Amino acid sequence: MNLLWGLLTGIVFGFLLQKGRVLRYEKQLGALRLQDMTIIKFMMSGILVGMVGIYALTGFGQDVLNLKATILGANLIGGLLFGIGWGLYGLCPGTAIGALGEGRWHALFGIVGMWVGAALFATLYPWLTETVMTWGDYGKITLPDILGLNPWIVIAVMLVGVVALFRWFEKVRL
Amino acid sequence: MRKFDDGGWNPYVAGALVGVLAILSVGLTGQFLGASTTFVRMAAAIEQVVMPARVEANEYYQRVAPRFDWQAMVLIGVLLGAALAAWHDRSFKCEAVPPMWAERFGPNIWKRGAVAFVGGIFAMFGARLADGCPSGHGLSGLMQLSVSGFLSLAGFFIGGLVVANLVYRRNA
Repeated sequence: MNLLWGLLTGIVFGFLLQKGRVLRYEKQLGALRLQDMTIIKFMMSGILVGMVGIYALTGFGQDVLNLKATILGANLIGGLLFGIGWGLYGLCPGTAIGALGEGRWHALFGIVGMWVGAALFATLYPWLTETVMTWGDYGKITLPDILGLNPWIVIAVMLVGVVALFRWFEKVRL
Repeated sequence: MRKFDDGGWNPYVAGALVGVLAILSVGLTGQFLGASTTFVRMAAAIEQVVMPARVEANEYYQRVAPRFDWQAMVLIGVLLGAALAAWHDRSFKCEAVPPMWAERFGPNIWKRGAVAFVGGIFAMFGARLADGCPSGHGLSGLMQLSVSGFLSLAGFFIGGLVVANLVYRRNA
């Protein structure tokens, strides 16, 4: 049953990714070259809606949060390495699979690369867990936690800020 | 500047619907969207065929074992959903080299393939080190206001901005 939900969720996700046209190399590089903000609009819209809904669920007493640990070394160095690869490949793990679905079979080269990257990570894992993955380990924390604010204040500020960003994108036609 | 516009949906609307999908998924099944863990499981499954002893002995593959789970089904769904959407508006296209790349670096499949392959290695290594990709850290992390999501996403974009602009710098 769980697997069936996964399949359904994936079909809707893939459908929306394709309709939003974010599966394209052109759209991803367009954002990184600051020429076309389609993927930012798509992603941030999803985040704004999701954020309100997720925190509403927690407000109704459902303990739904499933946070990833904040480890400065791992998040920042890993994040930068991902970014380097993303700039070269022009697709991310989820969109690579979707790109394949709409016929962009050049995504395969990077998919094979990602398997190699995963194997490389598995090889270096014992060393990484003793070094980079211990640097600045703060555990599972949220922005409202470290700011000492009610989550809804943070959500309100993000809503206003991101909508202002969207308005600016439309004004300068990005 | 929107050079490659091509009849898709309004990205704000499509993105907002992903937000609704995420809320439903979390509310009904407790699952947050993600993608990169499945690539580890796929790598482990491939290695299990080629060199099973290594998978057996590897600490990370023992944690992220080659099994079929919810997220793997999501990725199969993404493949099908994208194909369905492309079929629906006839935007399915067998494409060997992305047009933006071809315009700048020519139509050679192997030249593009080599760069994408190296990019894929960095991207997945980085995603596993950061413990997430733009789905897991970006979408799911930020909608929970997770500090790890904000930090990782900043890394994704800083790294990506620098490299993309180096690749496409003038006179390259």
